[in-house]
Amino acid sequence: MSTLDTTLETHSDEHHGPARGLGRWLFTTNHKDIGSMYLWFSLLMFLVGGSMALMIRAELFQPGLQLVEPGFFNQMTTLHGLIMVFGAVMPAFVGLANWMVPMMIGAPDMALPRMNNWSFWILPFAFAMLLSTLFMTGGAPNFGWTFYAPLSTTYAPPSVTYFIFAIHMMGISSIMGAINIIATILNMRTPGMTMMKLPLFCWTWLITAFLLIAVMPVLAGVVTMMLMDIHFGTSFFDAGGGGDPVLFQHLFWFFGHPEVYIMILPAFGIISQIIPAFARKRLFGYASMVYATASIAILSFLVWAHHMFTVGIPLAGELFFMYATMLIAVPTGVKVFNWVATMFRGSMTFETPMLFALAFVVLFTIGGFSGLMLAIAPVDFQYHDTYFVVAHFHYVLVPGAVFSIMAGVYYWLPKWTGHMLNERMGRLHFWLSFIGVNITFFPMHFIGLAGMPRRIPDYALQFADFNMIASVGAFLFGLSQLIFVWNVIACVRGGRKAEARAWEGAEGLEWEVPSPAPYHTFAEPPKLPESVR
Amino acid sequence: MSLHAANRKLVMRLAFGCVLMFGFGFALVPLYDVFCEVTGLNGKITNTGPIAASEADTSREIRVRLIAVHNEEMPWQFGPQQGLILTHPGEMKQTAFMATNPTGRRMVGQAIPSVAPAEAARYLHKVNCFCFEQQTLQPGESVEMPLLFVVDKNLPEHIRSLTLSYTLFDISPEVSSTGRGEKEQSL
Repeated sequence: MSTLDTTLETHSDEHHGPARGLGRWLFTTNHKDIGSMYLWFSLLMFLVGGSMALMIRAELFQPGLQLVEPGFFNQMTTLHGLIMVFGAVMPAFVGLANWMVPMMIGAPDMALPRMNNWSFWILPFAFAMLLSTLFMTGGAPNFGWTFYAPLSTTYAPPSVTYFIFAIHMMGISSIMGAINIIATILNMRTPGMTMMKLPLFCWTWLITAFLLIAVMPVLAGVVTMMLMDIHFGTSFFDAGGGGDPVLFQHLFWFFGHPEVYIMILPAFGIISQIIPAFARKRLFGYASMVYATASIAILSFLVWAHHMFTVGIPLAGELFFMYATMLIAVPTGVKVFNWVATMFRGSMTFETPMLFALAFVVLFTIGGFSGLMLAIAPVDFQYHDTYFVVAHFHYVLVPGAVFSIMAGVYYWLPKWTGHMLNERMGRLHFWLSFIGVNITFFPMHFIGLAGMPRRIPDYALQFADFNMIASVGAFLFGLSQLIFVWNVIACVRGGRKAEARAWEGAEGLEWEVPSPAPYHTFAEPPKLPESVR
Repeated sequence: MSLHAANRKLVMRLAFGCVLMFGFGFALVPLYDVFCEVTGLNGKITNTGPIAASEADTSREIRVRLIAVHNEEMPWQFGPQQGLILTHPGEMKQTAFMATNPTGRRMVGQAIPSVAPAEAARYLHKVNCFCFEQQTLQPGESVEMPLLFVVDKNLPEHIRSLTLSYTLFDISPEVSSTGRGEKEQSL
C-alpha cells in the first residue's frame, strides 16, 4: 500500500525552492503553500463573518431598531452563518490538514497536488459570488443559513440563484479536498505507520473526509432542487404542486447534522495532539479515541430529525431521535474523559496552545451539555428557535471549533514560520478571548430560556440587560482577535528561532524536520521515531 | 501496485461514492413519499380510487369536518357544501366543494388535501376527489368539485372525528410560464 517508488521519481526534479511572484500562489501544487493559502483565506473570512456578527450584536445592544434595517439584519445573520461555516471553519481545517497530514505521516506531498490547487482556488470565487449578492437588487440571501424552503424559494430575493451556485462551488471544493485527504492518508503513509499508529489528527480528518463525501453531494442535491423549483417549475418543496416543505428540512438536516461533526471532529484531533504534548504524557486511550470518533460519525447520520422536533413527527420518531441523539454523548464523553486522563498526573505547562486546548475541553463540554438539553424532545418545544439554541451551537463552534483552530495554529506556527510566537501576546489573546466568549454567549442561555426568539433585530424589554452584556462581550471577543492577527504576522516576520522540536513534549514526525519546515519534506519515506513506534 | 495506480483507483471509488450520494439525495424525495404513504405520517395520504362496497358499521359515528384554506392571496371563493358530515365507518358519503373565480382573468387552481389527525389519513378513502387536479376557471365561472369518500372500518377506536382540509393554490403563473400539462394529476 505504501510503496513510494513512483513518488521519488516524480519528485526528483523538484528539489528547489518555491517559484517567485504571484505565479507561485496561482499555480502551486505544494501542500504547504496551499495549506497557507487556505489558512489565510479562512482568517480573512473569519474577520468578514466576524464583522457581520458585530453588526448583529450592535443592533441588539438595545431593544428597538437603531442601526440597520430589519431586512439587512436578516442578510447579516444569513451571511454570518454561511461564511463562518463554509468560509472560516471548514477551510481552516482543510488548511491545517494540508500543512500537517503529509508531514505527520511522512509523505512528500498530498496524493493529488493539482486537484489540491484547484480545490483551494474555487473558494475565493465562490465567496466573491456569495458576497456580491450584498450589492444586488433585493439584497443578499435573507432566509437564515439553514435556507428553509419555501422561504428560500418562493419568497427569496433574486440573488438566491447566486447563493445556490456559490454553495455548489463550495461543495465541489470540499469534496475534492476530502478525496485528496483520504487518498493521502490511505496510500502515502511511511512504511511502518500502520493505521493504529496514525496521529489522531489524521484519524479524525480521515473520518471527517468520509462524512464530507457522504453529505456534501446531498447538500448539492438540495440546492439543485431549489434551483429547479425556482426556475424550472418543479415542485419539490412547493405544496401547491404536491411537494412538501418538510421534505426540505429532512434533506437539509440529513446533510446538516453530519456537517456539524465535520466542523468538530478535526478539532478533536487537534486537541488530541496538543494535550499530550503539554502534559508530557502519551494520549490516554488512543484506540478508544479512534472508535469514539468513528461512532460519532456513524451516529451523526441517525439523528437529523432532532433539529425538527416541532414539525409534527410522531411520538415514536421523537423518541427514536431523542435517544439516538443522547447516545452520541457516550463516545463524546469517552473523548473528554480521555483528555482529562491524559492530563492526570502529567507534567503540565500552560503555553498558549495548551491554554486554548484546555478552554476547548471545558467550554466544548458546556456546549455539549446544552446540546443534551436540546435533545430532550418534550422540552425542545420550549427551546426551539430561541437564543438557547444560539448559545448552544456557538459554545460548540466558537470555543469549540474556532478555539481548536487557534490552538492548532499556535501549536504548529513555529513549524511553519521557524519562529516562536510572542507568548505574552498569545496569552493576552487567550484570556481576552476566553472572557469575551463567555460574556457573549453565556447570557444567551438565559434569554433563550426566557423565550427570546433567534434571528430578530428587535426584542421585548425584559431581554435588554443580557443582550447588552452579550454585545459588550462580542466586541471584546471580536476586537481581541486583532491580537491574534498581529501575533501571527509578527511570528511570520521574525521572533525567537524555533528548534525542530519547538515544544518540549511534542511528539510525531512533523517535529523531526527542521523549523521552518523546508519547502519539500520527506522526499524519502522517513523511519518512524522511537516515540511513535 | 504503484502509488499512482493506487491513488487513481481510490479516487475513482470515492468519486463514484459522491455521485451515488448525489443520486441518493434525489432518491430521498420519492422515498419520503413512500415512507409517508406506508406510515400515514404527515396526513399526506391520498387513498383515491374505487373501493369494494361493504356494510356500514352503524355502531360508530364519525364526524368528518371539511375545511377549505386559501393559500396566500388566492382570490377564488372556495368552500365545502357542508362543513360537517356525520358518517359511519364503511358508509359512502358524497359531498362537494364549490369554487368561483371572481376575478376578470382566467386562472388555474390546484387543491392539496391533508388529513388530521395524521394517524387517520390512511383510513380515509377518497373514491372520487379533485385532489391535486388542476382546475381552470374562466372569469366569473363557478364549478362544483365532487368528493366521494368512505371512512375505513379499521379506523382506530379512539378516533371519533377527523378533518379533511383542502388548501387551494393559485398556480396560474406556473402553468402559463412552463406550459406543463396535466402530469401533476398522476401524483
